[in-house]
Amino acid sequence: MDNLIEIRDLRITFAQSVEVVAGLDLDIPAGKTLCLVGESGCGKSVTAKAILQVIDHPGRITGGAIKLRQPDGKVLDIAATKSSSPIMRDVRGADIAMIHQEPMTFLSPLYTIGNQISEALTLHRKVSRADARAEGIRMLEQVGMPDPARRYDSYTFQLSGGQRQRAMIAMALINRPRLLIADEPTTALDVTTQANILDLLAQLQRDTGMAVLFITHDLGVVAEIADEIAVMYLGKIVERGPVNEVLRNPKHPYTRGLLASMPRLDGDFKAPLKAIPGMVPPPALRPTGCSFHPRCEWALAGLCNTIPVLETQLGTDHMVACHAYGSEAGKFSRTPLRAAAISATPVRKAAGTEPLLSVRDLHKHFPIRAGFFQRKVGALRAVNDVSLDIYPGETLGLVGESGCGKSTLGQTIVGLHQADSGAIRFADGVREPVDLLTARGAEARRMRTDIRMIFQDPTGSLNPRMRVRDIIGEVLQVNGRHSAADIEARVQTLLKRVGLSPDYAERYPHAFSGGQRQRIAIARALASEPRLVIADEAVSALDVSVQTQIINMMKDLQAEMGLTYLFVSHDLGVIANISDRVAVMYAGRIVEIGTTEAIFRNPRHPYTEALLAAIPGRGVTRNDNRVRLGGHVPDASQQLSGCAFADRCRYALPACRAIEPQLQGALDHRYACIRADELHLRAVTGKPELVGA
Amino acid sequence: MGSFMLRRIIYVIPALIAVSLISFLVIAIPPGDYVTRLAETSAAAGDVMPMAEQDAMRRAYGLDLPIMVQYWHWISGVVLRGDFGYSFSFNLPVKDVIWPRLGLTLVLSVASLLFIWVIAIPIGIYSAVRRYSAGDYLATFLGFLGLAIPNFLLALAVMYLAFAWFGMNVGGLFSPQYLEAPWSWDRVVDLLNHLWLPMIVLGTAGTASVIRIIRANLMDELHKPYVTAARAKGKGEFGLLMKYPLRHALNPFVSGQNDIFVEIVSGGTIVAIVMGLQTTGPLLLDALRTQDMYMAASFILMLSVLVVIGTLLSDLLLAWLDPRIRYQQG
Amino acid sequence: MSTSNETAGLVAAVTVKHQKGRGYDGHWALVWQKFLRHKLGVAGGVVVTLAYVVALIPEFLAPVTLEAYNPAYSYAPPQSIQWGRDDGNGWYFAPHVDAYASKIDYNSGRRTFVPDPEQPIDISLFVQGEPYRLLGLIPTDRHLFGPVQAGQPFFIAGADRLGRDILSRTIYGTRISMTIGLIGVALSLVFGILIGGISGLFGGVTDNIIQRLIEFVQSVPAIPLWIGLAAAIPPSVPPLQVYFLITIILSVLGWTSLARVVRGRFLAMRSEDFVKAARLDGCGPVRVIFRHMLPSFLSHIIATVSLAIPGMILAETALSYLGIGLRTPIVSWGVLLQEAQNVRTIASAPWLLLPGGAVVIAVLALNFLGDGLRDAADPYSD
Repeated sequence: MDNLIEIRDLRITFAQSVEVVAGLDLDIPAGKTLCLVGESGCGKSVTAKAILQVIDHPGRITGGAIKLRQPDGKVLDIAATKSSSPIMRDVRGADIAMIHQEPMTFLSPLYTIGNQISEALTLHRKVSRADARAEGIRMLEQVGMPDPARRYDSYTFQLSGGQRQRAMIAMALINRPRLLIADEPTTALDVTTQANILDLLAQLQRDTGMAVLFITHDLGVVAEIADEIAVMYLGKIVERGPVNEVLRNPKHPYTRGLLASMPRLDGDFKAPLKAIPGMVPPPALRPTGCSFHPRCEWALAGLCNTIPVLETQLGTDHMVACHAYGSEAGKFSRTPLRAAAISATPVRKAAGTEPLLSVRDLHKHFPIRAGFFQRKVGALRAVNDVSLDIYPGETLGLVGESGCGKSTLGQTIVGLHQADSGAIRFADGVREPVDLLTARGAEARRMRTDIRMIFQDPTGSLNPRMRVRDIIGEVLQVNGRHSAADIEARVQTLLKRVGLSPDYAERYPHAFSGGQRQRIAIARALASEPRLVIADEAVSALDVSVQTQIINMMKDLQAEMGLTYLFVSHDLGVIANISDRVAVMYAGRIVEIGTTEAIFRNPRHPYTEALLAAIPGRGVTRNDNRVRLGGHVPDASQQLSGCAFADRCRYALPACRAIEPQLQGALDHRYACIRADELHLRAVTGKPELVGA
Repeated sequence: MGSFMLRRIIYVIPALIAVSLISFLVIAIPPGDYVTRLAETSAAAGDVMPMAEQDAMRRAYGLDLPIMVQYWHWISGVVLRGDFGYSFSFNLPVKDVIWPRLGLTLVLSVASLLFIWVIAIPIGIYSAVRRYSAGDYLATFLGFLGLAIPNFLLALAVMYLAFAWFGMNVGGLFSPQYLEAPWSWDRVVDLLNHLWLPMIVLGTAGTASVIRIIRANLMDELHKPYVTAARAKGKGEFGLLMKYPLRHALNPFVSGQNDIFVEIVSGGTIVAIVMGLQTTGPLLLDALRTQDMYMAASFILMLSVLVVIGTLLSDLLLAWLDPRIRYQQG
Repeated sequence: MSTSNETAGLVAAVTVKHQKGRGYDGHWALVWQKFLRHKLGVAGGVVVTLAYVVALIPEFLAPVTLEAYNPAYSYAPPQSIQWGRDDGNGWYFAPHVDAYASKIDYNSGRRTFVPDPEQPIDISLFVQGEPYRLLGLIPTDRHLFGPVQAGQPFFIAGADRLGRDILSRTIYGTRISMTIGLIGVALSLVFGILIGGISGLFGGVTDNIIQRLIEFVQSVPAIPLWIGLAAAIPPSVPPLQVYFLITIILSVLGWTSLARVVRGRFLAMRSEDFVKAARLDGCGPVRVIFRHMLPSFLSHIIATVSLAIPGMILAETALSYLGIGLRTPIVSWGVLLQEAQNVRTIASAPWLLLPGGAVVIAVLALNFLGDGLRDAADPYSD
């Protein structure tokens, strides 16, 4: 057998004998990268931990086998080996190693990374301290840690996110394991850092010939790194096969659904996305028959909801577990999953319209204070001389790496921060234009109802002590005279509009799932019939299918209510799908702004080029000579001369560090780069996407 | 690290000034003084003290000066000459009375602290690792009980039991023959023989709270991601417990030790009074009752200094233990 | 999409099933439900409630009043209750205690008491005794239990030096001991919320100064300072004023932990998204604080308060025991314990420690209650 690990009928049980993993079969081939894909709550991480026998309490393996082929040809059944046994301890870290999503929490802040890396070595081999140190430094060098000898003695909090993940990879690989389990190792990272880490993992896999089990929810990442893919739903594998085969020719409706809910970058950016309805149910409420049937468009009553599915082999190594391919295949029509077109056509901005919101020379600096008397010792230039216009009825997307100031810009516009200087003019074309920064009294009140905000975290942004009705209705209660009956009626309408039942008004937020809470948050934002809504990473905390549901709903609402959006996100796919125009932000400044077409097809700023190149799995073929961005966003407290991006820019000239570039170009595509006219930057290609549904 | 230590040490100075001021004012501001009390006592004994005599006495002791001037005389004496003033009731310089007492207070406090650690740390670890076991419940219950019994009541109960069962008259830190004897090996042995009882009495409440601190923090740490990560490296369970969760739980433990030490020094006053120990407690109470102000103020000052130094030590220990403090505030 | 939390999510998802319909329950309902699951906390709550009932109506519950004394029964040991009597025709129910025949041993100077079965003292429920006003309003002379014939010696928990009933005095002591903690904490709370609130609201230098102040106060050894302050109260001050002065002294040093909690919550709350959202809804600072922030940490404050009361009770007891706290005629458990000044007294009359038992039970119950409340204060985190 050329499988390193064979999992057969694995069952993992949690409290109250609920099976989280229910009869999982999975082979991990030697020397290849297998991606395990699915939404959260599908049991991916638990499966990975089971392979190491490190499942958290109260979970435990209650059945099945995990067979590990040892170098000497013997087979070890991990599922039957005690977690604390010496055999298992020898396997962990030596044969099988693991890296995790959040290196900050998976590495201890009390020991240097060197200590923790070399510990992995000394646990399995007798080496002297000096040798362990030398080997640790060598390993750090291999994973591309800058200045490894010095970083070896650093603590986690002294490193950037990407460096921490490199340290964790070094720790995992120091014993040259035969299998590396990577549990969402790039999810918490910026897209540019993610690209670098994916490159590193791919290269290390090639160099060492180890097998990799890569867990992710992002099919773009899969396309980037996988040899094979296994799609998991509610504790079982529903489809598996070689990555090209499965992504180009997906069979299972769940796989198709996941692909269809991915924003496309291959042409029609705004093509409506098809969301998988509903959400992953908790394992305790696992549906009978095929557990996917309640969310499946193909589902046939009397078959899918009663009879458990069996695996069907298609071709040599493409497996799918779906009745539509089984013995009853003839009963299914297997219609392609296509999104219904959005009913209403959105209000497009007419040429020459006056902007709804004009931001001019906006500055927001956060003072850095120190010492007992909190003297100001510096400033964080979060928003540094920003000017932009938002036109009525459009969606302006705002992108950039974390720390670039995009959220601060949104929050300053809405009034959560007091701007230091500049002007924000709001003109709805009906009443006199208002400057938000100087508005007082009734005008300020009107602005509060006209400009609203949706927060990222739907749990934190809803007061757990208030009923949904009071949360949504508060803005009406506080501003202007509305009778209780008026408010009640309005709340009911809004709830219906965001796809919730009107009688949810009586309930408290803790009764709802993340997606439902975000719907409530949107209803609150819309309660005052605003003109402009600022969505600050509004879908970033949600699972893929729920994210798509919310995006579609926001588009519908925009068309119905004539809303204007400022959509802040780090996710370029989402931005491309929802935005009419896109602004790219770097170090507190807008570096490029233009129509979605222009930004994605014809980027003129090297930073935009790098961001686009980092989107995983899009229009780039493997082994391409790609654009990669090192380093990170400069410390916002440093006063920079010239272009802030110069230090990371591969096109930078000495002049770039001397001249501060200004936005230039035509009205609908402006960019701040002095070399813009001489550079030929790469865009996302128009090549067909992976989406095969 | 160096600058952190330096800043932390400099920080102590205003704290000490404030402490000295408060110690003095608490004694000096309330109406009446030593002379008033003396007059009251002699009046009660039927011997009226003429006002002129009282005033003369006040002048002699400097009690007629403004409070801040008195404070200045006292504190400058303490700082510059190690002179704590004069005890009216002992007719001795305060420093002659205070130092031996403070020494014994320190010995008792440190002994109690060590006792707490030796007992509470293993129990706390056991309780957290074997959560909801019979031993854990027992430890938790005893912990609650330890917190609920006032020090002095425990002292009384222990003394009563020793008396009722063994006919022993426990109390004091020395046997009568060593009470006034100069320091010798035999006297040290005698001290140790007497020390353990007040040590246990004084340490009980602290033991209870340390068990709770260790248990709660260790339980939080036991399931942290970095523990899983280290387990996935192949580390054995015992080594894992020692290196990661315990080390992390040590930080809140160390910062909690300061409060415990304050409690010990503070509670020691009462236990000493009840058990008749030759520490600061009983003398402080007497000094306060007779308004022997320099004596009382000096006692409160030196106890506070003890605590301030304890706080400083625990902060430095914490910085030494936790690189986050060392690198980010230093 | 935090897959690292997947396990936690799964566990939570599993438990969600059992909490269907919870969506209609508000914060306090959830706190209450969670509190009820904390068995020790509930038990503590019951005991604390009973203690405050005792504090409310000691006149009714105690067999005799505070003034009652009988030097002939100095240090009389507890009488045991006999439930019935056998008159030859069989046993019948007739609760009584035996009167004491006392004898003075002139060699040791000590009095010894021997129960005399020939002189039974019948006892009963709702007996007539000294008149008093229930709750200060209703005049009555009924007592929950006691000798049928008022004035007969009845010491089921023994007597003190002056032949006073320890049980009755302990019951009366409940009133002072339980309320001094409550009032002291109430005062601390006022200080704490005010100062902590200012600190959390203004931040910056104000916050820094207040924080240093709190750190400083916390690092001063409390008991010597308490002793110092308490000793400074002149003997001429009337007892009721002493009571209030003592509560003030206790809270002077007790407000710091509450202030810390309030400030910490304030700061954490200020950056919560839902508070920002409320600001964006147009809520003014007053509405934000009282409608959004305060309700969110009120349950935490209640828990902290209940954990602060035991400290106050212990401190009062200690001060009074040393003779520098409350003094007679005010009766608290600490004042009662003054009777037990030396080992010889305790050895001959260990029942003098009964008020100490009351202290331990009250403090234990308050700690259990506080623990339960603290766990329940955040009902969303299970």
